[in-house]
Amino acid sequence: MSKSLNLFVPALGGTALIVGVAYGVATKNYGVQTIENLEAQLASSQAGAETASANVRAADEEIAQLLAERDALQAAVASGGGLTQPAPASDAPFNLGREALPEEIAAWDVDVLPDGRGLPVGSGDVWTGEEVFVEQCASCHGDFAEGSGNWPVLAGGFGTLADEDPVKTVGSYWPYLSTAFDYINRSMPFGAAGTLSADDTYAIVAYILYSNDMVDDDFVLSNETFFDVEMPNAGGFVLDDRAELEYAHWSAEPCMSDCKDPVEITMRASVVDVTPETEEEASAEHSMAEPEAEMTADAPQEAEVVEAAADPELIEAGQGVFRQCQSCHEIGTGASDRTGPQLNGIIGRTIGGVDGFRYSNVFKDAAEAGDVWTAEALDAYLADPRAAMPGTKMSFRGLRNPEDYAALLAYLQSAGAE
Amino acid sequence: MDDFAKTSRRAFLRGSAAVAAGTVAGKAAAQDAPDPLITELQDWATFTGYGVDETPYGLPIKYEDDVVRRNVAWLTASPISSINFTPIHALEGTITPQGCAFERHHSGAIELTKDDYRLMINGLVDRPLVFTYADLERLPRENHVYFCECAANTGMEWAGAQLNGAQFTHGMIHNMEYTGVPLRALLAEAGLDAAGDLSDKWVYVEGADASSNGRSIPMEKALDDVLVAFKANGEALRMEHGYPVRLVVPGWEGNMWVKWLRRIEITDAAVESREETSKYTDVYEDGTARKWTWEMDAKSVVTSPSPQMPITHGTGPLVISGLAWSGHGKITRVDVSIDGGVNWQTARLGKQGDTKALTRFYLDIEWDGSPMFLQSRAIDETGYVQPTKEALREARGENSVYHNNCIQTWYVNEEGVAENVEVS
Repeated sequence: MSKSLNLFVPALGGTALIVGVAYGVATKNYGVQTIENLEAQLASSQAGAETASANVRAADEEIAQLLAERDALQAAVASGGGLTQPAPASDAPFNLGREALPEEIAAWDVDVLPDGRGLPVGSGDVWTGEEVFVEQCASCHGDFAEGSGNWPVLAGGFGTLADEDPVKTVGSYWPYLSTAFDYINRSMPFGAAGTLSADDTYAIVAYILYSNDMVDDDFVLSNETFFDVEMPNAGGFVLDDRAELEYAHWSAEPCMSDCKDPVEITMRASVVDVTPETEEEASAEHSMAEPEAEMTADAPQEAEVVEAAADPELIEAGQGVFRQCQSCHEIGTGASDRTGPQLNGIIGRTIGGVDGFRYSNVFKDAAEAGDVWTAEALDAYLADPRAAMPGTKMSFRGLRNPEDYAALLAYLQSAGAE
Repeated sequence: MDDFAKTSRRAFLRGSAAVAAGTVAGKAAAQDAPDPLITELQDWATFTGYGVDETPYGLPIKYEDDVVRRNVAWLTASPISSINFTPIHALEGTITPQGCAFERHHSGAIELTKDDYRLMINGLVDRPLVFTYADLERLPRENHVYFCECAANTGMEWAGAQLNGAQFTHGMIHNMEYTGVPLRALLAEAGLDAAGDLSDKWVYVEGADASSNGRSIPMEKALDDVLVAFKANGEALRMEHGYPVRLVVPGWEGNMWVKWLRRIEITDAAVESREETSKYTDVYEDGTARKWTWEMDAKSVVTSPSPQMPITHGTGPLVISGLAWSGHGKITRVDVSIDGGVNWQTARLGKQGDTKALTRFYLDIEWDGSPMFLQSRAIDETGYVQPTKEALREARGENSVYHNNCIQTWYVNEEGVAENVEVS
């Protein structure tokens, strides 16, 4: 606050100076004219002439002083980190923007504070929560909130915060339950944010609490029972105290010579060897490893034929539709498995056929039976994934718009052409 | 030369030994025969080049195609919720071009048009307001250069030297010239009388993307130097940096620089969102955690030589180049050591430091070909001296993840090959 006020002072001072300098110049001209008049008229009063010339000198001094002050202030403004002088402050608003309507505020202002302000009316029990969680969350966070791959672990980890690798979960680490509701309600599920009902959100949070052994299986979380839950690590945080604990000790004039004994290497990154390859290195190795790719001279021609037949607008529309998929699936050059398998060459590919991907049983069965993705099979799957492939781990609920099917198919075939 | 440098970097990264350049004499070697690049007529000096409209929006020449952002895939579960790294090893000066400035997304980068853009201010204000993009362009604006550093920059190095390259150890940073409206001007439009005493009020900000990435900013900071920015380096923000509008929170951790800024709410308490409780808090050895650690402390790194930038010219004149910055203000001094911190020399600042912006430093030496342990140590206007890794670990343990501003060591061997090490 105080800094902002300081910043404004030069701006206001600068304005005053411009006025002041203009006034000084006018005074000077006026003084000169007065002297000329006096001389031309051979005025009688010597004392009057001396007064006039003293006025001129005074005006000159005032101008010089004001100019110096202006230069100093401008230099101060320039060195203040800004490339422009501060924007003028206004007491009266510019009257830009329009009044936000209550419905608009209600739509966007959904954050929940630690004291419960912002919680919607609603409730959800542990068992409903398990159902919703398995459907909506488990593909990344595991059926029991234990996490999957690099995705966050949500349960357990109690007593590990002082360990070498602390496990920071909703139970072991998060200080406020409001944070869980707020985050899930606004930002989850990944790829379908903002679609959960208040009751489903309560239910998911209840299930996460149950997974953390923080509530019993008959617990119902609601805006009324919210503060029955105790967060184990609520007292585990301190405010930033670097100023006292660190800055005070790390501000002495540092040693410049013979500061310590000659050094030896105690650890090398090259031993850990986790630095990614550069693209040039990767491509060099790729071309060395797969020289046969260059020999299949007819392959690119086929690809061109396919692309020529496809409708670019349809493909572009499909790329838009694919945004619903891309949080879990990759496609195109270098695509790899994520939460879902990579989708290159999907049409004509064996269902459940990507090596190394952990498929659900229904996909494993399809792979064993030798089933292959056709456009029709894919349409059916995308219309209602759980009906077409009962037991699928894919949490996507299905395409909503009929026109999206053709577009998505065109995009999958274009982007995933091999 | 470019090709040679690339080859040598590749050779090193593969773990191969010996780079031949180390044997070349540093002083200008006598030329045995006339250089055909000079004596023979070259194609580019004979035939005409490209016309003016060849690239309506230009990209770097193809010979610089290795100066790109890079990702460390094992760090995160998905590139949609991930981070990549600015190629600081290959850049000079202080301004980061937008096209290679690191990206951090929580639910992916979104395409939001100016026409579809809305900014709401609500909460404890006299008049809850909605602004369009065009409205923002009518408010008095300012230009400032600021660095944006992710709190996790250098986070992988807490437990030990891990990643071989300044890009990977220190590349979660960029430095741009922003054009924007001071946040205090927008708050004045909405009126803060309703908020009463401002000293304990907060400004909660969130983005229009699926993550929304909400953060709480104390009112004092909001009224100080926070900008609602819509241009960077003279042009529109890039999609990946929050087009059309992002928040700029000078000197504070990058997570608070909310992209696709859509809502500003005045509150009487911190929201304690996911990003300011479960993330961006620092766990110490005894299991307690520090929160609201917003400022980025003074830090520096030698960008060249470094693992991706070996010395390829042999002995003789060598430019040691690096970057320094502080979230507390200006960099006033940088010291460089070539012997792992035994002796230090004060470096030449490329330009007197700007507040909360990158400062370039140089140490120009005659390299005699003996191995070096390169370190740099930044000092800011508060007198704070960048700490050693040892001092940081002693103060915080090794589980912190965020706010690692330790002194970095590059070991440069006789051949000029550099590697990330820790020293006694």
